[in-house]
Amino acid sequence: MQTFLQYLLNGIAVGAKLINFAHGDVFMLGSFVGFYAGGWAARHMNNQAGTLMSWVVAAAIMLLSMIACGLFGYLNERIAYRPLRNAPRIASLITAIGVSFFLEYGGQFVFGPDPKFFPTLIEKHLIQFGTITTTNYQIIVLVVAVIFMALLQYIVYGTRFGRAMRAVSFNFETASLMGIPTDRIISITFMIGSALAAVAGILFAVSYPKIDPLMGIMPGLKAFVAAVLGGIGNVPGAVVGGLIIGIIESFVGGSRFSNFTPAIAFIILIGILLFRPSGLFGKYEPEKV
Amino acid sequence: MAGGQRVAGSGWENRDAPPPATRHPPSARLPWWLRDLIYAAVFIAILIGASYGLDRIPIGGIAYYRRIIVLMGINIILAVSLNIINGHAGQFSLGHAGFMAIGAYFAAFLTVFYFAPYVNKFPEGTEQWLLQNGLLLVAVLLGGALAALAGYIVGLPSLRLRGDYLAIVTLGFGEIIRVFILNINKIGAARGLSGIPNWADFFWVYLFCGITILISWRLVRSSVGRAFLAIREDQIAAEAMGVDTTKYKVKAFIIGSFLAGVAGGLFAHYMMYLNPEMFRFLKSFEVVVMVVLGGLGSISGSVVAAIILTFLPEGLREVKDFLHTNKDPRMVIYSILLIVLMLTRPQGLLGRRELWQVLARRKDTIPTDERDQGDATDRP
Amino acid sequence: MRSHLLKLCTIIVAVLFSGCPPKTEVAGGGGGNGAAGGGDILIGEYGSLTGGQATFGTSTHQAIIMAMDEINAAGGVNGRKIKVLTEDDESKTEEAANAVTKLISQNNVLTILGEVASSCSLAAAPICQSNKVPMITPSSTNPEVTKKGDYIFRTCFTDDYQGENIARYAATQLHYKKAAILTDVKNDYSTGLTTTIDRVFTSLGGKIIAKQSYANLDSDFRSQLTAIRAANPEVIFVPGYYTDVGQIAIQARDLGMKQPLMGGDGWESPKLIEIGGKALEGCMYTNHYFYGDPNPMVHNFVQKYKERFGSIPDGMAALGYDAARVLADAIKRAKKLDGPSLRDAIAATKSFQGVTGTITLGPDRDAVGKKIVIEEVKNGQLTLKATIEPSAGGSATPATAKH
Repeated sequence: MQTFLQYLLNGIAVGAKLINFAHGDVFMLGSFVGFYAGGWAARHMNNQAGTLMSWVVAAAIMLLSMIACGLFGYLNERIAYRPLRNAPRIASLITAIGVSFFLEYGGQFVFGPDPKFFPTLIEKHLIQFGTITTTNYQIIVLVVAVIFMALLQYIVYGTRFGRAMRAVSFNFETASLMGIPTDRIISITFMIGSALAAVAGILFAVSYPKIDPLMGIMPGLKAFVAAVLGGIGNVPGAVVGGLIIGIIESFVGGSRFSNFTPAIAFIILIGILLFRPSGLFGKYEPEKV
Repeated sequence: MAGGQRVAGSGWENRDAPPPATRHPPSARLPWWLRDLIYAAVFIAILIGASYGLDRIPIGGIAYYRRIIVLMGINIILAVSLNIINGHAGQFSLGHAGFMAIGAYFAAFLTVFYFAPYVNKFPEGTEQWLLQNGLLLVAVLLGGALAALAGYIVGLPSLRLRGDYLAIVTLGFGEIIRVFILNINKIGAARGLSGIPNWADFFWVYLFCGITILISWRLVRSSVGRAFLAIREDQIAAEAMGVDTTKYKVKAFIIGSFLAGVAGGLFAHYMMYLNPEMFRFLKSFEVVVMVVLGGLGSISGSVVAAIILTFLPEGLREVKDFLHTNKDPRMVIYSILLIVLMLTRPQGLLGRRELWQVLARRKDTIPTDERDQGDATDRP
Repeated sequence: MRSHLLKLCTIIVAVLFSGCPPKTEVAGGGGGNGAAGGGDILIGEYGSLTGGQATFGTSTHQAIIMAMDEINAAGGVNGRKIKVLTEDDESKTEEAANAVTKLISQNNVLTILGEVASSCSLAAAPICQSNKVPMITPSSTNPEVTKKGDYIFRTCFTDDYQGENIARYAATQLHYKKAAILTDVKNDYSTGLTTTIDRVFTSLGGKIIAKQSYANLDSDFRSQLTAIRAANPEVIFVPGYYTDVGQIAIQARDLGMKQPLMGGDGWESPKLIEIGGKALEGCMYTNHYFYGDPNPMVHNFVQKYKERFGSIPDGMAALGYDAARVLADAIKRAKKLDGPSLRDAIAATKSFQGVTGTITLGPDRDAVGKKIVIEEVKNGQLTLKATIEPSAGGSATPATAKH
């Protein structure tokens, strides 16, 4: 059930109308930072899983990973996006693909291509609610995800920065004429997006202990699908889009059509876009001259 | 460039159409069909000569180079055909691998189950040779036709969608096609379809390469091409001017996907093996990268970029020998080069111009560069 | 603008052509292949060193290098050293075909080793066949691979053989009657095994009561597992790769399912238990060899591999090691060092003692009558549950039901 939560977090990158194909790979980077930090911590912690200390360590790892990915997001924006600000839109799409390849192949080169397994920091146990079986991990992931979603919602809709961000997304030139430091806003947006991808990466790695350099491809693509489904630039839309895809996918996955699961997200997407060309919550604006 | 001579007689004179007709003196003395026939004959003769030559050059490793050259040809067909959709008509499609998959699988299906057993009944000889090549043509064209049908279906939603929405829908179509192929046991599903005879060769691939470039070139110079450009530049204005945008968008998809299907059919008969994994969306990305890197709307740009991007990963194979490492950094270098290329030439290697215009250093063709930035306001 | 473009073109051309000139020393070595006397014997290897299958490609590659280093250290083959040229195919079939063409035509290799993934082997096999370059695949289990021609060999068992043994063991030894299958649809290995397991298990009186599938790259299997839980089978066949199996096991236990999982050699990896941990308790899979086998040869191999690469060799490594040694042995026996003679020498391989058992290549160029081991996870350790020798029972010969 928690896959969709990752999509939600991923949907953020598109909050600023910037489709970033490399986002899934930043997510991968986040889990790997967490993996190495976690591995280091596990070696120095002498099996204290479950204690208060392990919670602090887990939080520290997440913070570290967020900082690392935020930094990467900043560099990414400075090197690969800002020079293309005035270039055709499609050019930045290609650099995004380039960055994505770079992270995937670079990841295989540096981390090695074989999957790694995320260390256990917190003891795992089963929880029973009547017939529903779940684990404390899933609950932790859910709580953390909801916290960050709320935080994001607050940043985008409740702060000055968020207003500036939305203004930049709405109209870049007008925003800059109004005195908004557009370059800085975009940089920070990238950093936030990447830091949240790191959170998603860590949560993912915690719930499915397997991580590998190519793990970001599908979540990245599905985040994109979720965002388009909800309406580009609409954060709650991306959340709902992610939910819809997650739920339908798990229904189909358990049915006899499970062979077609990989296609189902796209089938839903096409079905919805046929009737609502700007996504579920996007405003359809026929172009005006 | 097969298309180079074409402008002259076509009579299309447009202030925007960059190569002035005077550069190619019109060969007005010959009737058009005879002239075209001669061009075609010369082109085919060159192909046969090149194909014959490539088989016999006594250089070590020529088979490897020949293989890369043939794959280059297939990529050129893919890039030029996608350029019709993305570059000329301005409809951003990420589903080219899907169309290619349809063409490849359908052509291979026909050959493996119907044509090859039939051909094999004949004794080796001229008759078999003729039949084999004729049936290859049939299979490839039918593969293209089925892909064109899919292109029609995919083209329909593009009437309402634009930008990123269209991109993700076409990408989705490509993935859906692949998942369906994955579930058809008759054509191998995940095992892949093997046992396809090796019928396509240098000659066929470059013949279709020439045809693709020709189609694309004539299209751009025709009223259809003008309509494409109008839609790309400003859809509303185009509609106001009486351009049936619906019809032309779908047309772009049909033509582009037909050619992608042909490329797929040739690919199948060259690789001798198909696997759904070959047609993941990453393949579509590769083709899009070629088109954008070459310059959206530049036919020769697509060709140049297809050549470079096919050769680059192969050329980089040698890197690890220089570095003496166990790990192979070639794809890392490839991705860095991709980013650097895009940063230095955001409008593509050639922008919207053609190769000879760039090489001729004609100042009067430069203004197209400004237009490349026309959609910059779309940026956040 | 233009000067930029020109500079860029120059750079690109320079990069491209720096890789271009035919490497004379390699070509010279290659030329020496056929002739009597000096120079190294060149062997080409193509494998998935990056991409989705890289974890298998890497261990195969390491084992091949180790085997060849050992042979060279012992004086090489007939006084000549063996040199392995490796090309990465990124786990992509078309790249595999390119890599093999390069190895054959540019580097003039005598013979080809590879691939793990059957799809890559299938793409490369016709090229080896048409160039009359013998190819040995260490671990492509798809039966189709060796049907590509008489230059294509395989030193492991096929999916059919393995699937039959899994199903037979489950039905006759463990007396399971109701089973579920969870298949990776994107993976030819998994779909191939599923077909055989389904057929054999049903023919032995069992019943497959739930069939579910996933696509690798997925990480969440709960919906499929929930459907399987509803059918309540006694055993779940999971013919996938270890990268997924560990997660499937964990998620199954999270859903409160207690059934054992059974699978094939795709499970084999030291990391399987690292990821699956307690969730894998009681699960079984078939494999090519057992790393704890007291056989001195196996012991020796495991020790050396561990020293050099720091991990326990998985089944793919063992197969790569064996394939390389079978090849070296055939080169030693070949009358001349050219394709056809080497082909004959490889085809004549009989009772070769390898880490994964005795290797005899049959008329179909497949290894016939290889032993198959069944391993079980007990107390977080891999233990040997059973060894099925080819002579025991009717499962001795590879199933050829398909043709």
